[in-house]
Amino acid sequence: MIAAAAVETTSVGEPLLNIGIFAGFVAITLVVVLRASRNNKTAADYYAAGRSFTGPQNGTAIAGDYLSAASFLGICGAIAVNGYDGFLYSIGFLVAWLVALLFVAELMRNTGKFTMADVLSFRLKQRPVRLAAATTTLAVCFFYLLAQMAGAGGLVSLLLGIDQAVGQSIVVAVVGALMILYVLVGGMKGTTWVQIIKAALLIAGAFIMTVWVLAIYGFNLSDLLGAAADKGGEAVLSPGLQYGITDLSRLDFVSLALALVLGTAGLPHVLMRFYTVPTAREARRSVVWAIWLIGVFYLFTLVLGYGAGALIGKDTILAAPGGVNSAAPLLAFELGGPILLGLISAVAFATILAVVAGLTITAATSFAHDVYASVVKKGKAEPGTEVRVARITVVVIGLVAIVGGIGVQGQNVAFLVALAFAVAASANLPTILYSLYWKRFTTRGALWSMYGGLGSAVVLIVFSPVVSGAETSIFKDVDFSWFPLSNPGIVSIPLGFVLGFLGTVTSRTLENPAVAAEMEVRSLTGYGAEEATKH
Amino acid sequence: MSDDAPGSATGGRVTDFEGAQSSEPFQRLRRRHRSFVFPLGVAFLVWYFAYVLLADYAHDFMATPVFGNVNVGLLFGLGQFVTTFAITTWYVSFAGRRLDPTADEIRGELASTGHASRSAR
Repeated sequence: MIAAAAVETTSVGEPLLNIGIFAGFVAITLVVVLRASRNNKTAADYYAAGRSFTGPQNGTAIAGDYLSAASFLGICGAIAVNGYDGFLYSIGFLVAWLVALLFVAELMRNTGKFTMADVLSFRLKQRPVRLAAATTTLAVCFFYLLAQMAGAGGLVSLLLGIDQAVGQSIVVAVVGALMILYVLVGGMKGTTWVQIIKAALLIAGAFIMTVWVLAIYGFNLSDLLGAAADKGGEAVLSPGLQYGITDLSRLDFVSLALALVLGTAGLPHVLMRFYTVPTAREARRSVVWAIWLIGVFYLFTLVLGYGAGALIGKDTILAAPGGVNSAAPLLAFELGGPILLGLISAVAFATILAVVAGLTITAATSFAHDVYASVVKKGKAEPGTEVRVARITVVVIGLVAIVGGIGVQGQNVAFLVALAFAVAASANLPTILYSLYWKRFTTRGALWSMYGGLGSAVVLIVFSPVVSGAETSIFKDVDFSWFPLSNPGIVSIPLGFVLGFLGTVTSRTLENPAVAAEMEVRSLTGYGAEEATKH
Repeated sequence: MSDDAPGSATGGRVTDFEGAQSSEPFQRLRRRHRSFVFPLGVAFLVWYFAYVLLADYAHDFMATPVFGNVNVGLLFGLGQFVTTFAITTWYVSFAGRRLDPTADEIRGELASTGHASRSAR
């Protein structure tokens, strides 16, 4: 049985080969990071890579940031096991980019400097709005980081055959330490190169496997689908296997779909990438590149997911260590033996490393630039001190991520990712859209929307079945849940918008119209926008 | 912008942003931008949620075979990819033709009426 052999190999088989290929990736990227970091002098260099990346480069890096291990392993596995319902995720993740392209990317690039808070506080009261924006930024980054670290532990048991908690913790610590090194040394420029290399490897790997799977079925999609249906049942070809069971699960899916499509344009580590290019036009080109790369990648995962369902089968996948996440690695082994498995495993590790690095630099920038320089020092910090604070923050965040990552081993990863997307859509997106498009928007509206969106999303998650009361909960033995859905989006996102509106219309004081005019003119024309640093 | 008072990025010099905002070219640019992105934004969100609701509540319809093993649901799903790529391409061409030239014009105007303090590259 080839499939049975595959299971054995992924759990105990060739971990040395996997580690060797991964070490090769680390070595190559470290050299690139070191070379790229030689020009890191100013804050604009460290936070925004001197704004020197081209649109295509930054677009590839955005794809690298966005296509996390959850995208690759999670969606392949979800399609292999749940068929069509797994496909629905990738559509939400992709369509979400249109919100970023049409409404946010260029205007953000034109008005901001380093962070999301730059734009949100532009025409409102600096300190409270900056503090609120930094709070939501750190919250989103924190939950996203924990999810990635938890995913790293799960991957380890699957790919390296390390099952003990101690071994997994050591690997999480190694991932964290490498990430600190990349971000500390390379800043945004080094981090961006890591993203670019990783995105290229990931997309190339997925492309090779896709062509391979299609070749087995004579490049006939219908035959591939037929084979998947033969093995997994007719139901894998149509929606409903995962979410169609009860009315509640259907509503939960609507909630998830809302959070996915509106979350992306509020993810701080995605927004921050728009500052690494010289102009708004390059920001537009980056999003266009990202949309094509991400879209094509999700089409690959459709083939890979059904391919894994057809060639390996749902039962074998679920029985393998790592469960549903093991579909793509098992498929790699089935197709190309231990070498391809090693390559795909290394790419999956690289993915986690790169996404974690991107999140860390975003959180560190937000803390140093928004909290330290603007709120604590009231804008009078020495430029050198600000970058030093950012570097110290990187180390602190790295350590917190390591400890947190060890703490959340074995936890429900989807819960953390859904929380990050829901917080981004409820706390960030309403204020971003209002401040860019609604002249009358006030400080009170921004604060109500950001704190209300953040608070309601977190509270609803805490009292949902993902935290307590169900088979799959974090706390199985107690039940303090009263919110029936596992994703809070359908309540917290509209609430964020409504609070922003109510806060604004109840404000007695109006914001300065001259600054509002300045923001609007600059956002649409790019006049006075931050320019690339020259070296 | 940002660390200190608003407007600092333009070198402390006073630019008449309110004048620029009420000027005819800027109002034209603003109108063109909004009358493109708002209807299109509503359209793609409606299309996305129509798809989500169909996938969620109309399983039988989505399972209708079209050819071979390809069913309505898969075609609709792939249709979301097609529309996303198409809207992206359309917006880029629209922005290049109808927005960028006007934006450049206004920016040039603002730079020349001020002291052109940002001309240094």
